Amino acid sequence: MSTSTQQSPRLSHARDLSRPGFIVKLILMALVNALGIYGIMASYGQEEWGVLAFLVVTLIVVNYVYFSKRAIAAKYLVPGLLFLIVFQIYVMANTAYVAFTNYGDGHNDAKGPAITQIMKTADGRVPDTPTYPVAVLDRDGEIAFAIVDGDEVKVGDIDEPLTVVDDAVADGDRVTEVPGATILNISEIQQRQNEVLDLRVSMTDNPDDGWLRTDNAAMAYVAKSTLVYDEAADTFTSAEGKVYTADPEQGLFVADDGTTLSPGWRVGVGMDNFTRVFTDSRLSGPFVSILIWTFAFSILSVLTTFALGLLLAVVFNDPRVKGRTFYRAMFILPYAFPGFLAALVWKGMLNQEFGFINEVLLGGTTVEWFTNGFLAKLAIIGVNLWLGFPYMFLVSTGALQSIPGELAEAAVVDGANPWQRFWSITLPLLLVSVAPLLIASFAFNFNNFSLIYMLTGGGPNYPGAPFPIGESDILISMVYAIAFESGNRQFGLASAMSILIFVVVGVVSWLGFRQTRKLEEIV
Amino acid sequence: MAKKRVVLENENDTRLRGGRWWAQVGWKHVLAVAMIVYCIFPILYVLSASLNEGGTLTGSNQLFRSFSLVNYQELMDSDFVRWMLHSFYVSSVTAIGTVVMGAAAAYAFSRFRFTGRRGGLTALLIIQMFPQMLAFVAIFLLALLIGDIFPALGVGSHLQLILIYLGGALGSNTFLMYGFFNTIPHELNEAAKIDGATHAQIFWGIIMRLVTPILAVVGLLSFVGSYGEFILARIVLARPENYTLAVGLYVWGSDERNAPWGLFAAGAVLAAIPIILLFMYLQKYIVSGLTAGGVKG
Repeated sequence: MSTSTQQSPRLSHARDLSRPGFIVKLILMALVNALGIYGIMASYGQEEWGVLAFLVVTLIVVNYVYFSKRAIAAKYLVPGLLFLIVFQIYVMANTAYVAFTNYGDGHNDAKGPAITQIMKTADGRVPDTPTYPVAVLDRDGEIAFAIVDGDEVKVGDIDEPLTVVDDAVADGDRVTEVPGATILNISEIQQRQNEVLDLRVSMTDNPDDGWLRTDNAAMAYVAKSTLVYDEAADTFTSAEGKVYTADPEQGLFVADDGTTLSPGWRVGVGMDNFTRVFTDSRLSGPFVSILIWTFAFSILSVLTTFALGLLLAVVFNDPRVKGRTFYRAMFILPYAFPGFLAALVWKGMLNQEFGFINEVLLGGTTVEWFTNGFLAKLAIIGVNLWLGFPYMFLVSTGALQSIPGELAEAAVVDGANPWQRFWSITLPLLLVSVAPLLIASFAFNFNNFSLIYMLTGGGPNYPGAPFPIGESDILISMVYAIAFESGNRQFGLASAMSILIFVVVGVVSWLGFRQTRKLEEIV
Repeated sequence: MAKKRVVLENENDTRLRGGRWWAQVGWKHVLAVAMIVYCIFPILYVLSASLNEGGTLTGSNQLFRSFSLVNYQELMDSDFVRWMLHSFYVSSVTAIGTVVMGAAAAYAFSRFRFTGRRGGLTALLIIQMFPQMLAFVAIFLLALLIGDIFPALGVGSHLQLILIYLGGALGSNTFLMYGFFNTIPHELNEAAKIDGATHAQIFWGIIMRLVTPILAVVGLLSFVGSYGEFILARIVLARPENYTLAVGLYVWGSDERNAPWGLFAAGAVLAAIPIILLFMYLQKYIVSGLTAGGVKG
């Protein structure tokens, strides 16, 4: 028992070189450190100070945790926490921040890049400059231009001005090979036509030297801005003498007659995004309808799936029914079938003109499943019932097993009929264990984006709304439409709406968890 | 206790005949058959459409009119194979990462007493209420930022998508695992420690083996979750050649007018098979796992 006092104190496993685990750890840590240091250098180059600070702190913490004798619990927690901090907490914080800005199309960047962009958009060909046969390159997905200037090959892209590439090959005045890049052929260029036409490659670091652009992907010419930026006055002057003044409130250059230059830059707009939902009349009507429908959809989804699932669970909890294992396997099939596929298959079956349901089951009638708002909602609830009841069936079946049999037996002795037994004993006991899952199901359906997006696409659309949103959209698909689907993507407004959803989901979950005493159990 | 009841009832009920049998048991079989039709009908429909040579929506309405593998052959020459590989790659790595990180965190919360433990658990519970997916706008912006610094992790990369999925690993799974870890007696740790095992040996060699059922459930749920995840994949994966199944099949299936419906159906069948098999194989684990998460604290 007490032999340990005679041994020399054992090395902590964290430093014991003789153990294979230590070697593995060393290798992993070397990789992590290498990646971290690379990131630190890259973020220094990009002047991303926030990222740089985060990486430095993270590297120090990680090295301390894994080489220290203490902090044993932290060894297990750090990897998960890092991911959580970056991809969940930071992301939420950034959502909150973006919600108070005008970030979006036309306000994509800081002021400096916006000024450069304005100059590049309003450009024209500089007279008497040479044209160059140009090769269009693809470097890791980024389009770049390559030209022969004198006897040197120069390559540049959207971020990087033309620079000499030594080991490139040119045939006469046309570049034929650039290491690390592929030269696009005509059909590839056609596919990415807009990217090629929009690309401006700066001649040098100085914007006054102009930039290379092309109209036909064969010849490139030098262009310069027709707008002149006056740094002291913070104004642009056009060739015709019109003056655009910077407006820090809107993040735009505005002329006296109200015309603006595009793009603008990001500025804080306070609560504008939040109030806009209620004050913009084209948006507030659809928003309120969508809010109501979102609640209706989530509540109805939980109720219908739970009702059917529970019914089946109770009915087939009867050991006298033979083949229950087979039945159960069949009932689970819709749950096992990937949800996104189910939504698409049902979309096909519900197709107004050619779908199976209208053509065969309803004998060739044209029920407007997707063009009538009410029917679209009905279709959603119906398809979600198919998708969701097996989960409730599984859960209820499991929960039924945990209800002691004596209670039912005692009730039988007391003369209760099956109905009374169900309502007074089975259901209340079942709800104790199932309620948290019902709340989780509510929260899930509140954000059931793929079902809505794949089945109805949110349609039928509200006419006149500034975004492609429709009657069967729920809040999250509305956010998606605002952020990514409209011609004018508005990240600020979308983030503000995300926050509203966060609040609703958070409050509901909190109420639910408090109700089910979930919080007490972790103590 | 439950078993005892089963035996009793079986003894009594084998004698049920005729009307009483119908009233108490028989109708349940009828209900079961009706439910089975409801459950498998869409699956049969898509299977039939996938075997239909014409490959249009209208042509698919006569079930099993033709048996042709044309759609499947065409599928093999399309981007589908690539999408499938991408889906498997992304989902497997995500599942493994989720299991390892979630188990490690649950173990720390279950076995160690450290400052901030209670606060950490409560914080996790609160964070878990806010689905990561909701912040998809900020995730998109973060993907752009990361791509500037680590070009290999930029928009369009599968690794990026995996990292994003792993960001949600702790929130949703720690509690499921935490409850299970608590059921493993602490004495095991102490006994192993006395025998001279290191922390790593206790975790990997003893605990992880005892909690295999919950690991399987979490791994499976994570796999299935990322296999069918759409919105983040749609945002991160920009081009058809790096789509996952969810994004690729959506593009095929949602095209109303000239939808390659036969191709879509064949793709849907192939995409669904592995998931259905996984479910059937691990059914017991799922049932016990789901209820364990719900019932135990």
